[in-house]
Amino acid sequence: MNRRMLRKIKNGAFLSLSLVATLTGLACLAAILWTLISHGVSGMSGRLFTQMTPPPGGQGGLLNAIYGSGVMTLLGILIGSPIGVLAGTYLAEYGRNSRLSMLVRFINDVLLSAPSIIIGLFIYEIVVVKMGHFSAIAGALTLAVLAIPVTLRTTEDMLNLVPIGMKDSSAALGAYPWRTTLSVLYPAARSGIVTGLLLAIARISGETAPLLFTALNNQFWSTNLNAPMANLPVVIFQFALSPYKDWQDLAWAGALIITVTILLLSISARVLLALLQAERGS
Amino acid sequence: MAIIDPGHAAKQLIYERAFRSATLIAAVLVLLILGGVAISLVRGAWPALSHFGFSFITREVWNPVTDQFGALAPIYGTVVTSAIAMVIAVPTGFGIALFLTELCPPLLKRPIGVAVELLAAVPSIIFGIWGLFVLAPVLQRHVQPWLIRNLGDLPAIGHLFKGPPYGIGILTAGVVLAIMVLPFIAATMRDVFDTVPPMLKESGYGLGATTWEVIWNVVVPHSRVGIVGGIMLGLGRALGETMAVTFVIGNAHRISSSLLAPGTTISSAIANEFTEAVGDLYTSSLIALGLLLFLITFTVIALAQAMLRRLERRSGAVV
Repeated sequence: MNRRMLRKIKNGAFLSLSLVATLTGLACLAAILWTLISHGVSGMSGRLFTQMTPPPGGQGGLLNAIYGSGVMTLLGILIGSPIGVLAGTYLAEYGRNSRLSMLVRFINDVLLSAPSIIIGLFIYEIVVVKMGHFSAIAGALTLAVLAIPVTLRTTEDMLNLVPIGMKDSSAALGAYPWRTTLSVLYPAARSGIVTGLLLAIARISGETAPLLFTALNNQFWSTNLNAPMANLPVVIFQFALSPYKDWQDLAWAGALIITVTILLLSISARVLLALLQAERGS
Repeated sequence: MAIIDPGHAAKQLIYERAFRSATLIAAVLVLLILGGVAISLVRGAWPALSHFGFSFITREVWNPVTDQFGALAPIYGTVVTSAIAMVIAVPTGFGIALFLTELCPPLLKRPIGVAVELLAAVPSIIFGIWGLFVLAPVLQRHVQPWLIRNLGDLPAIGHLFKGPPYGIGILTAGVVLAIMVLPFIAATMRDVFDTVPPMLKESGYGLGATTWEVIWNVVVPHSRVGIVGGIMLGLGRALGETMAVTFVIGNAHRISSSLLAPGTTISSAIANEFTEAVGDLYTSSLIALGLLLFLITFTVIALAQAMLRRLERRSGAVV
């Protein structure tokens, strides 16, 4: 009887610990969100979206940084996602079990977890050094490289979910694989692939480290892709570590904007995926 | 009834080849990127590596004025902060995964799982700014004085908790890293636990085992490879994490015996100094740090992936 009690106590203790661990994790998320909202909301104002980043001590907004982040993220996705989708198509359709596919799959998973700062150094070496200066193009290329693994992985997974019968039907009608892929597989896997794009945007729009030495920063309004460009993450980094109260407030406001954007993207990606699964299930 | 149009068929074949080649090129490009990363890092790091030789990774000195650079302090900082992160995040992540797979009411399973995954989506700079302005003061006022008072005089480990409570430093960076990698470890472990066949667990329960006994004696042994893979994946993240660490590490190029003292890591040194580095040797030394980080994380992540893959194949064979 005593031994049974001991086992029960041990069971209870470990299960309680696992509950505590879960609550700790949730508390961290709550604490971060709460800090962002409480600090960020006070910095929210119309100025944020209409004025440029101010000089030290001055007042201003984040317009140039928001624009720069938008442009570089968009360019990054436009360059990176087609490569990711095509490569994913190769892995899922053409070279499913080939040696090359195994290697690409493995390397892609490594790239998926590789430190982004390394990718930044890579682009610095091959773009910034060659061009002789920092530029928005270099920043966009960095983000593109970071977007490829995410889109590749989701595209392959989603294409693999398409029922084989659909592919066979298309082939039976005499369609070549390219026609089947474009007209049957992509439409069937559309919401899955869009999910991958959303996740990739979420992943790259908060990247900071690799932009430090590719796009750098720009205090002024600039639409020149061949020149340094302001972007939210680097502005947050610079302003948060400054001693000026106005800059710090802007950093918090920027942090709130970026986090809300990314969380919304992640949530929509998940909702899309859930809808997709519900559709499959019915 | 001209059903077969030879021109049409030829065109189809051309499209087919073009599309196939496009996908193949994209796939090969992924390999080229990794190769390009390796080559460009080696090339960039070469001046520093040939100048300092092997001593680059054994020297602590980091002096831009006299052009003397050694990587020991950043390597030490990277390893120690990641170790602290793993000590905190592995048991916590295990607990979360356990809760989600075995204990959680089905209704809450999805919301909590999503919340944990959202924590993974928060960009690292947010963890950095939060760590600096919220976590560091809390640690400085409440946790570190307690550590110094209660652990500082212990033999053997006492020196780890000596000195003033700076707030920022190695320990704080480790704690922030732990929170950052927690969702990755928890999510991977959860997925791995889910691959355990219910039949095995039911057999355990049928023998009268408690929930914990089933977990420890059935679930954990069955998913051992996956658990280690998940931990290594988290470790890979922790080693390369940049912005969150840069905010709270204090950026001091020295090795202190105390965990409470400021330090530096490979990635935070690059982030802090790269744009300000003047002179080829300085820049090259920072790229050499990047090369080291690349080698370390590549090894860790590749091992993790190999383990997770093995598990996938095995569970694929069982089902």
